[in-house]
Amino acid sequence: MAGLAADNLTCIKRDRVLFTDLSFCLSPGQLIYLRGPNGAGKTSLLRILTGLSAPESGQLQFNDEPLDKVRDRFNQQLIYVGHKAGINGALTAMENLRFWCAQHSTDFKAQQAYEVLARLGLVGLEDVPVRMLSAGQQRRVALSRLWLKQAAYWILDEPFTALDTDGIELLETHMREHVANLGAIITTSHQPLSKQAGPFTELVLEYRL
Amino acid sequence: MNTLINGIFKRDMALAFRQRSELAQPLMFLLMVITLFPLGIGPGPVTLQKIGPGVIWIAAILASLLAMERLFRDDFWDGSLEQYMLSGQSVAAIAAVKVLVHWLVSFLPLALFSPLLALFLNLTVDMYIALMLTLVLGTPLLSLVGAIAVGLTVGLQRGGVLLALLLIPVFIPLLIFATSAVDSAALQLPYRAQLAIIGAMLMLAMASAPFAIAYALKVSQN
Amino acid sequence: MWKWLHPYAKPERAYQLCVTLQPYFLWPGILCLVAGSIWGLAFAPQDYQQGDSFRIIYIHVPSAILSMSTYVAMAVAALVGTVWQWRTAFMAMIAMAPIGAVVTFIALFTGAAWGKPMWGTWWVWDARLTSELILLFLYLGVIALYGAFEDKQQAGKAAGVMALVGVVNVPIIHYSVEWWNTLHQGATISKFDKPSIAPEMLWPLLIALVGLALFIAAVTVMRMKNEIIRREYHRPWVKDLAARALGGDHAV
Repeated sequence: MAGLAADNLTCIKRDRVLFTDLSFCLSPGQLIYLRGPNGAGKTSLLRILTGLSAPESGQLQFNDEPLDKVRDRFNQQLIYVGHKAGINGALTAMENLRFWCAQHSTDFKAQQAYEVLARLGLVGLEDVPVRMLSAGQQRRVALSRLWLKQAAYWILDEPFTALDTDGIELLETHMREHVANLGAIITTSHQPLSKQAGPFTELVLEYRL
Repeated sequence: MNTLINGIFKRDMALAFRQRSELAQPLMFLLMVITLFPLGIGPGPVTLQKIGPGVIWIAAILASLLAMERLFRDDFWDGSLEQYMLSGQSVAAIAAVKVLVHWLVSFLPLALFSPLLALFLNLTVDMYIALMLTLVLGTPLLSLVGAIAVGLTVGLQRGGVLLALLLIPVFIPLLIFATSAVDSAALQLPYRAQLAIIGAMLMLAMASAPFAIAYALKVSQN
Repeated sequence: MWKWLHPYAKPERAYQLCVTLQPYFLWPGILCLVAGSIWGLAFAPQDYQQGDSFRIIYIHVPSAILSMSTYVAMAVAALVGTVWQWRTAFMAMIAMAPIGAVVTFIALFTGAAWGKPMWGTWWVWDARLTSELILLFLYLGVIALYGAFEDKQQAGKAAGVMALVGVVNVPIIHYSVEWWNTLHQGATISKFDKPSIAPEMLWPLLIALVGLALFIAAVTVMRMKNEIIRREYHRPWVKDLAARALGGDHAV
């Protein structure tokens, strides 16, 4: 089955069991909305999917091959936007994106980057050290990666944090287009996804003691 | 290879230049610590020459412990490190490049200042040459092995002193051989053996440290 | 070949193993330790040079040897934990660390105390003593690093890396300190070396060595039991164990 398949994942953090034997599949053309209360393990699950954390037990498969063996191929098809923005405060937005694209083997065209940043409402702020931007603006610089790299799989952790209504609408529309083009997204959010985001499947994690 | 140069090397160099004042601090620390010794022990030139090599190397170790903390700290806390680990590049290679940039940026100013240090502690020309050779071979060793411990402690809130506790025992052999080399130079004796041993330790570190650093960073990511 | 070890990756099985092994380590260990110590301290013949003060070797030499072995054992546990991702291996590692540190301290203390009648001072920068001191720092580093992490699984992995870095450095440190010692003091007369000694002196030494080794193993096993319980307290098997201990017999 094409896609990212989780097979019997168990996660233990700080000697507390977050979830056991969790199995699901993220296929192209699918948007999974990961829900659950704080501390249920949503961030841990996303980090396991990206490979930043290792599960206590269980396997991950990418297109029916063990993820460990095809990690490079998967990483090429992945954009991860986590809790941390992944941008350096001393560099400007353009520099951050230029270096990020170089690391992720993506062509960087300054013109395209300016356009994307403009669309995200950051006109005039592209060449300023990022630490001078507000939290919401920094988040939008981080999210601009979703427009710059062509990758099928998006793993997003609370992407809507610090975004205003325009920003939320922009991101949800982009997500719907991505899924329509056979991209795959798994995301968490404290606010429910609106209709703008298109059809989605819910995956609910419960808080375990 | 290209991605490493364009993605990491240039980035870290650009950042280093923007944070010049932060980089200067360990160097100033080094100078001030060395100044403490004549003040604390007495400025007699013979004594200073005797303790000189040890003082400079101890101060270099302490200063590099201070400087090392910034190696992965910013990248860890702002999430850039996560992005490196997802980029498909070898984390060991990325770590090696970052350590290289860190060493270049820390060592070159030290090399520029070293004549001043030699002057303060009354070292002879032979001793100075030996000192520079030990610094050239030994400071990369400090950076490489130190980076392993930095990788382990980067996520901790107050990792600074812990870093020193972890690394000082490990640096003791380097201290012994480096100061011995300079002492031998003072007596006009050969010191190729000491340099060879430091060189061997450096080779071992160059071969194995990047992988250990990559693993340490992975552990910190959890 | 190592398949028989695999069940012990599970904390519950490792706990059972510890319970089984504990009496076999503890009682023979105490017996040998007491026997060796009394024989050596009271009954072994006097050294012709040092009189009675040499008797401290019956404590010093076993603890010096075992301080090194415990570090190596700790590093082996760290290696197993790192390569095969066994939680129990990291638990064993951290169980051994404080014991090794204490044994190293005993070696240092007895070594220094021996120096007083020999050289008239309480501390000498002898090559062996200096190496033991650095070994103590290595132990303390591993313990401190483990304690700095809240997530004990992460703590185990991090401390494991430091233990491995340390074990690679131990021979380098030994060699460099010995070399440093010859540079700065010339040949050192050291009665710390395993002397070519009479059997009446050798036997109590060996018995004390075996006794201390077994005792260290016993305390490790006890600490490991505690560590397993502490980390796995929410598991059903631990709850059963606690219920049984509270309800009936106290043999835990």
